[in-house]
Amino acid sequence: MKNEMNLQFSALSQNESFARVTVAAFIAQLDPTVDELTEIKTVVSEAVTNSIIHGYENSHDGKVYISVVLEDNFVELVIRDKGVGIQDIDEARQPLYTSKPELERSGMGFTIMENFMDEVEVRSEPGFGTEIRMKKHLLKSKALCN
Amino acid sequence: MSLNIEMEVKNDILCIRLDGELDHHAADELRQRATSAIEEQNIRNIVLNLEHLTFMDSSGLGVVLGRYKHIKQLHGEMIVCAVTPPIKRLFDMSGLFKIVRLEQSEENALERLGVA
Repeated sequence: MKNEMNLQFSALSQNESFARVTVAAFIAQLDPTVDELTEIKTVVSEAVTNSIIHGYENSHDGKVYISVVLEDNFVELVIRDKGVGIQDIDEARQPLYTSKPELERSGMGFTIMENFMDEVEVRSEPGFGTEIRMKKHLLKSKALCN
Repeated sequence: MSLNIEMEVKNDILCIRLDGELDHHAADELRQRATSAIEEQNIRNIVLNLEHLTFMDSSGLGVVLGRYKHIKQLHGEMIVCAVTPPIKRLFDMSGLFKIVRLEQSEENALERLGVA
């Protein structure tokens, strides 16, 4: 059965924990492992932080949009903003690359998303925003044991 | 859900103990508090205790790397201790453990810096 959730919130850093905890609570119904839940919370945090810092450049007046689709043991996460967009997506995805070294960014956001999810697709249009679509199959360890 | 930052100065060592979640929101406060402590209290070394850190993302890596660079400029050292497996995974991914030393406990870290 397909189950869907949509979330929209102000691009404020205090909403980063709200976003990852809310997504984790929704996904909890699939009975993920502790590691899977940590991975999903981390990638939500990465993508939302990117929208706030890079998409809206900390301007506070934008909105971040998250949609989550669950189907069997499959999770699809879409995290979107209407910010400045990314000029060069390949460059942005390079490990340790950051466009804002002065803010002490580690440049590991996309690398973490790629490591923790099965698929990461980035679409961006400069001036219009960025959409990150991530997919992950959860281990169905409990079902297999029964 | 927020981050509790406890700091203690032992000789020229700044012990930072983190409890909670270190994300971009919490990283700003940690950066400010650690930077002023380093500058105002003649700090040469940092021991970062992550035993009670329940969540960290790449913003956390950034702030740790920033303090490492700061203390290196002062010819000091930084030791990270009591790292839990999910957080160790992030450190490994970023290659940060190639430059930052890791110890099992705060006690071990202090011993290595000559304070028992």
